[in-house]
Amino acid sequence: MNVRARVLEALSEVHDPELDEPITSLGFVTSCKVSRGGDVAILLRLPTPQCAPNFAYLMAADARNVVRRLPEVGRIDVRLEDHYTGEEINAAIARGEGFTGAFPGETDDDQLGALRELFQRKALVARQARLCEALLADGLTPEQVTARRVADLPDDSGARRCLELRDQLGIGREPDAPAFVAPNGEPLAADELTLWLQKARLVRTSLDVNGSICRSLLEIRSRRGAELEEVGA
Amino acid sequence: MYSHNGDNFFVVDGHLHFWDASPANWVTGQEQYAKGWIECFHAYMGLGPAETHWPLEKFQKYSEDDFVKDVFEDGYVDVGIFQSTYLKEWYRDGFNTLEKNAELVEKYPDRLIANGRWDPREGEAGLKQLEEDAKRYNLQGVKLYTAEWYQGSRGWSLKSPESQRFLEKCQELGIKNIHVHKGPTIWPLDKDAFDVSDVDYVATNFPALNFIVEHVGLPRIEDFCFMATQEPNVYAGLAVVIGGLMHARPRFFAKVMGELLFWVGEDKMLWASDYAIWEPRWQVEGFVDWTSPDDAEFSDYPRLDTNGKKKILGLNAAKLYGIDVPEEFQIPDEAGEPAAREDAQLVDSA
Repeated sequence: MNVRARVLEALSEVHDPELDEPITSLGFVTSCKVSRGGDVAILLRLPTPQCAPNFAYLMAADARNVVRRLPEVGRIDVRLEDHYTGEEINAAIARGEGFTGAFPGETDDDQLGALRELFQRKALVARQARLCEALLADGLTPEQVTARRVADLPDDSGARRCLELRDQLGIGREPDAPAFVAPNGEPLAADELTLWLQKARLVRTSLDVNGSICRSLLEIRSRRGAELEEVGA
Repeated sequence: MYSHNGDNFFVVDGHLHFWDASPANWVTGQEQYAKGWIECFHAYMGLGPAETHWPLEKFQKYSEDDFVKDVFEDGYVDVGIFQSTYLKEWYRDGFNTLEKNAELVEKYPDRLIANGRWDPREGEAGLKQLEEDAKRYNLQGVKLYTAEWYQGSRGWSLKSPESQRFLEKCQELGIKNIHVHKGPTIWPLDKDAFDVSDVDYVATNFPALNFIVEHVGLPRIEDFCFMATQEPNVYAGLAVVIGGLMHARPRFFAKVMGELLFWVGEDKMLWASDYAIWEPRWQVEGFVDWTSPDDAEFSDYPRLDTNGKKKILGLNAAKLYGIDVPEEFQIPDEAGEPAAREDAQLVDSA
């Protein structure tokens, strides 16, 4: 695997915090260049120039952080392109500063920890909803679903992501821990599964819908960009 | 009005604009924001059917003739409500001000209603302006955009003490419909700008006001739904839901409608085209034709019948704005509806 492939692989660990999907599969990485000396230049483009600055910052900062872990990489330049607070964010990232560095006086929190955590909990709810729905569709009873342990989870990307989110949130994931938990980490009881699932289904739908709108808008944006370039040429 | 298969629909469009986002109206030094804003809207237009797309130049500034044709002549809209949106930091004469909307209202007084706006950061001067606007334009509603940039600030929250003063003023002036529109920034910037908990807070504190959350809180439809089930005076504005999803993502559209019908209910959902982002015609026709898919994924959701569509397309908004709806468009017999059951309960307990 060459350096560029390893950089892209690292970038696939960066998730859009709102959508809980890798920025690589969302198509947000528009360019990734590696020089002979190992310097890396990454361009990110979001679905609209008006995407929320806090989430935009998180994705750009996370991208820089995951690539920095690769020993063979030299200088790293991560830039948001065509974003209405791109200048502030790009400059702060280049200086290695946090969110307050980008927007001094406009924010309380340098690391955006609480915001990220809120969306990790939503993501966990949505991911679990998909797994639960699949089990119920297979004919399991609510008792059987809530009796499932972590060890019973399928070995697929959805379940693996659930466990990753549990790690990030500090919710235990030992093999005999419950497979499905409330956002606060408490196990789900069989008699509350239906109500929990009604709410969880709505969270899942919301994430799915937002993801689909983002994909459509990015597609339109790229198409228009290409048309404009053609006109210019 | 729209007639289809013998049913007559009275159509109230809850969210219209008559904007000027042409380069001549861009504030010097802020061109990138003015340009970015309208191009972002233009991308949203791309979610509608291809034959309804406009070139960017027309989209930046369309004519009064375009408006009248698209909304009244082709769009079936009986009454339309302007949601004034200023953005004066980016657009010299404003993006779509109350004054500009009022010029059209003057020409079509029975067909158009213009809502005002306020911004708590404008303080005393803002309160005075609101009072003047309310008297001059007989305001029934305001549209609030919490992500507006103003003198170095990138947004505000309805929870702020200043906002309470403006809401009290609304109550005093008889402005009862508060349309809340969330955008991508708020102060402080590390908070989720789309969070609707501030609407929850003021809906509880101002039970006599109606809060219509524009585009159903998207991208936080889950927070919006959980809140709307708790607050009797919170309504779902369907702009973007129908325009942005019905054509582009029909299965997601059906899911969002299903969730809204489940959590919020057909009595509290209001259609809006968001013109000129999308033309009303295809939305009205498509919505009246729409049925939820039959497969199991959708089986838990409440169904929407013709009467429900009549409410969403116009009757619900007509109630909030006191619009007279001719008899032929009313739902004839509401026996068996929740209101009738409540009456029955009263008789029983008496």
